[in-house]
Order: sequence, then structure tokens, then C-alpha cells
Amino acid sequence: MGRYVLRRLLQSIPVIFFSTFLVFLVIHLIPGDAAAVLAGPNATSEALAAIRQDMGLDQPLLVQYFVWVGHLLQGDLGRSTLSGQPIVKLLQARAPATIELTLAAMLLSMLIAVPLGILSATHVRGRLEWLISTIQSLWLAIPNFWAGILAIIIFSLILRWLPPGGRVADGTDLGGSIKSLILPATTLSLYLAAGLSRFIKFNLLEVFFDDFVRTARAKGLSNTAVMYRHALRNAMLPVITILGVQFASLLGGTVIIESVFSWPGVGGLMLDGISNRDYAVVQGGLLLLVLLFIIINLLVDLTYALVDPRIRIGDA
Amino acid sequence: MAVESAPELATAAHRIRPLAPSVRKSPHPLNAAFVRTWRNPLGFLGLVILGLLVFVALAAPLISPYDPIVQHQGKELLGPSAGFWLGTDELGRDLLSRVMYGARPSLIVALMVVALGGGLGILAGLAAGYFGGWVNALIMRLFDALFAFPPILLGFVIIAALGPGTTQVAYAIALAVVPTLGRVARSLVLKERYRDYVLAARCTGAGSVRVMFLHVLPNAVSPMIVNLALIMGFSVLAEASLAFLGLGTQPPLPSWGAMLNESRAYLRNDPWMAICPGVVLALLLLGLNYLADALREAFDPRRVNAGF
Repeated sequence: MGRYVLRRLLQSIPVIFFSTFLVFLVIHLIPGDAAAVLAGPNATSEALAAIRQDMGLDQPLLVQYFVWVGHLLQGDLGRSTLSGQPIVKLLQARAPATIELTLAAMLLSMLIAVPLGILSATHVRGRLEWLISTIQSLWLAIPNFWAGILAIIIFSLILRWLPPGGRVADGTDLGGSIKSLILPATTLSLYLAAGLSRFIKFNLLEVFFDDFVRTARAKGLSNTAVMYRHALRNAMLPVITILGVQFASLLGGTVIIESVFSWPGVGGLMLDGISNRDYAVVQGGLLLLVLLFIIINLLVDLTYALVDPRIRIGDA
Repeated sequence: MAVESAPELATAAHRIRPLAPSVRKSPHPLNAAFVRTWRNPLGFLGLVILGLLVFVALAAPLISPYDPIVQHQGKELLGPSAGFWLGTDELGRDLLSRVMYGARPSLIVALMVVALGGGLGILAGLAAGYFGGWVNALIMRLFDALFAFPPILLGFVIIAALGPGTTQVAYAIALAVVPTLGRVARSLVLKERYRDYVLAARCTGAGSVRVMFLHVLPNAVSPMIVNLALIMGFSVLAEASLAFLGLGTQPPLPSWGAMLNESRAYLRNDPWMAICPGVVLALLLLGLNYLADALREAFDPRRVNAGF
């Protein structure tokens, strides 16, 4: 187990290097030059050179990268070119909303997907399976932002049950907080749930024909016991991995859903950054989300090793 | 030395050759798979939807009732009527014409992604699988790093650098699919690489490039087709998402994602603005999903029959 953890940690080093380098490059991909933007249109070439030297832009790219990483490790992501505020502060203000929405959606999608997956696996080739899979394939064809718009039309504007957008998070109004979370989190979770429940169904069906399930049946266990104590446990293992992989698309989806429901998260910050050409902000947001993704996947792989009895037995 | 082994090769080649005609007698497996796709009801439906929307996109100048960017003054935000079948938007533009023209960016981006992302992914995957060693290590780590970017965020990076627009969106999505297709291609190459026919080709003196493109690649085609169909659906969705965020096709040109974005300010009184572009977008996605499912069943019957 210890060796596996170490190997997995070492494996993630090049990924972290390459992806942070890509994030770092964002600033350098800008048409034009950050120093020129800062200096303004009337700057002399000496002033420009001074700013460049001040910002370290005259150094080789790799040196600049390591300087950037050094600042980063000290919690310094630079300042917004537009407002002059430190990026870390901006992210601190926005990140909780994004993380809350993403985690809520992930949880909700599991709550929807597991029962649906079990139902369609146990009713395979039945009417219920047909119904579930038809709804699934229809649902997978609906872009989440359109689903969000339709949800606003139906639940906010026609039925007036839920707020059409915004986030209530002052800590005193728990009901309001949950109400404001329901539409964005559900919209975000359903797409993931449709894919997940399909995946769970296929895994269960595969496991149903494995020897250990036949053994469990042969020794007279009830269907429920076979299902929950034997089949489901084994079928859920790959689901953990898929959840990690799906986290990337969930983060992407969060950015869009944030925009649909005016959810004050990192996505909106980055979109503003793009339209204002405030690239330090875009860079900061990217870095946060990419690191979040890498860490989640690392954790997923480690949990997998922890949960998988084959690794546990191999270790003991 | 090469001369000494030549007779053996000749006999090996001789042994292989008589098999060829008998293989050709049955229909080509690719054609058979396409026929199976066509006969699959959902696959057929997918092809019909795709064909219809491709036709609309191509024939838009001939069949659309109005110019999609002409603003009919005094006719803003109308409901469906005889003059404007789907009504008009906030600037008095005909929604039906805009929906018709809006098919273009979706399909163009899907095509560009399949060509660019597919081409690049297959090349990189081929190289990684075929050469192994440090080439493989480098390419795989790059794939890992690209995988760490949710596709939409990769879109942010590219568009921050190149500015918003349809082509830029296609580049961004193409880059996002490279690692997916690359990994599939690599695994296929690894599977084929040590097969006898590759060995035979090498023995006849074929170089790496020849073996890769003329021998290995054709055998990896059918699994790739299924993946390319999936990629098309993904591209359409990603294009619409980026356009919805205001990063894709720029106004006044219509795209379904951008139209949905514009509709948001008028949901209370004019919800139909949000309905029409969404319906056609979902229809296209549904068609592509059905097509991909049918192709998967047609190309890999084992997977479907296994265990059921």
C-alpha cells in the first residue's frame, strides 16, 4: 500500500508540472505584452523595459515559470490588472460557491444514479429498464445550460417555487441557501447521473455473471443480500474511478451552470477576466480548478487502492 | 544477410497469399458494419436527423425565409405568426432563419474537431504506441496534463489567447479531444503491433511509417469510427456551451448557443426564444448519440451481446 501511494504521488508530478506550465503560459499567450498593457499607450521604451525587468519578463521562460511557482508556493498569485486586488483574495471570495455547487451536484448525482442503476440492472430487458434508458438517452442529449433555462422558466417564472438565480450564503438563512442551491445543483447533477446510472447498470450486469455471485446465490442467499453485499460492492469499484474522471466535466459544467444561475463562483470570475483581458485572473481561476481536479483524482486513486480488497490482501 | 533470409520470406509471403481471395469474397467488414448501422432503427433515425440538419445548414440561403441578420424594425419580440413562423428576437430578426443558419457553426466545428483533433490524436497515439520508449512517455504525460483541463477550461485558455470566434472554438475543442482519441489509438496500436501480419509486413522490409499507416491503421479504423462519432456529439455540445458563454460565434451571426444566451433576458415574457434553438440543438445531439450507439453495436457486436 505504501509503495503504491508513493508511486502514485510520483506519477502525478509530471502532470502537475505540465499542467501548471500550461496555466503559466496563459499570460504569455496573450496577443501583445503584459508590460505594454500596464505601461499604457504613451510609455517610453525605457519605461517599458523597466516594467519588463520589474515583472521579470526579460528572463527565459523556464526561469519565469519557476519564479512564478515560487510566488505561488508563498500564496502569491499576483494582482488583477483591472482592479489591483490580489488574485488570492478574489479566489477566496469565489471558490466556496464553486466547490459547494460541485460537491452538491456530485452527491446528488450519486443519490440519483445508484438506485436507477440498480433498478435497470435488476429489470434488464423489462419495461422499467426500457423507460429508464429512454429517459437517459433523451436526457444526455439536452445541454445542461438549456436544461437550466427551462428549469428557470418552469420552476421560477411559472410555478414561482424557487429563485431564478443568485446564491444565498449569509449563514443565517439556511432555507434560503438550500432553495438557491436546488436548481443549479440539480441541473448540474442530472447529466452526470444519466451517464453514471448507465455505467452502474453495465457494471452490475457484468458482475452478475461472475463466479462469486453464482457462489453467493448457490449457498442460498437472498436476492437482496447478493445484490447489496456482493454484486453492488464490486460493481461500485470502477464507479469511484469514473467519478474522478467525471469531475473534470463536472467542473466545466459548473462554470456554465454558474453563468445560467448567476451563481457567484470562479467561472464568472474567469469569464469576466476573459472579456476584460484581465489574464492574471483567468490564470488564477484555471490554476485553482486544475489543481482541484488533480488532487481529486489523486484522492480517488488512493481510495480505490484502499477499498479494493485485492490490494488490501496483497499487502497483508 | 538480407539476401540469405529472402527465400524464407518469399515462402512466408507465398503462404499468406492464397488466403487473400477467400477473405475478399465476403463483404468488406466495414461495409457490413455500415449496413448494420443503417438497418438499426435508432441508427437510421440518427442518420436522418443528421442528414436533415446538414441539408438545412447547406441550403440555408435558399430555404430560409429571411436574412438571419436583417432587423425588422417595429417587429421585435413577436410570437410565432404566418409572417415569422417562429417569431422574432429582441432586434426583430426572424428566429426561423437564425435557427437554420445557426446549424452552421455547430456542424462546422464538429467537422473541424473530427479532422483536426482526430488527425492529431490518431497521429500522436500511433507514434506513442508504435515507437514506445521516451516518445510514448512524453506523449502520455502531455495527454495526462491536457486531461487535467476540463474541456471548457481549455476553451478558456485558447480563447483568452486567440480571442472569441467559431474557428478558435474548434481549435480549443480539437485540442481537448486529442488525448481521448490519442489514448484509444495508442491502445489499438499496442494490440495490433505484435500481430503476425505486422511481423510479416516488417519482414518484407516495410519501414515504420509504411507499417503504421498501411497495416496497423486500417485495422484500427473501426473502433476509431465509433469514437469519432462520439467526438462529434461532444463537439456540438462544447461549441454550443462556449457560444452560450459568449466565447464562440460572435454577433450578429447566429449560433444556437449564442441564441440561447440572448434569450435569457427575455425568459419572463418571451420564453419561445429559449425553446426553438434548444430543441434543434437537443435534436442534433440526440441524433449523434443514436448514431454513435448504432455504430458501436454494428462495429462491436460482442460488447452488446456479452452477458445479457
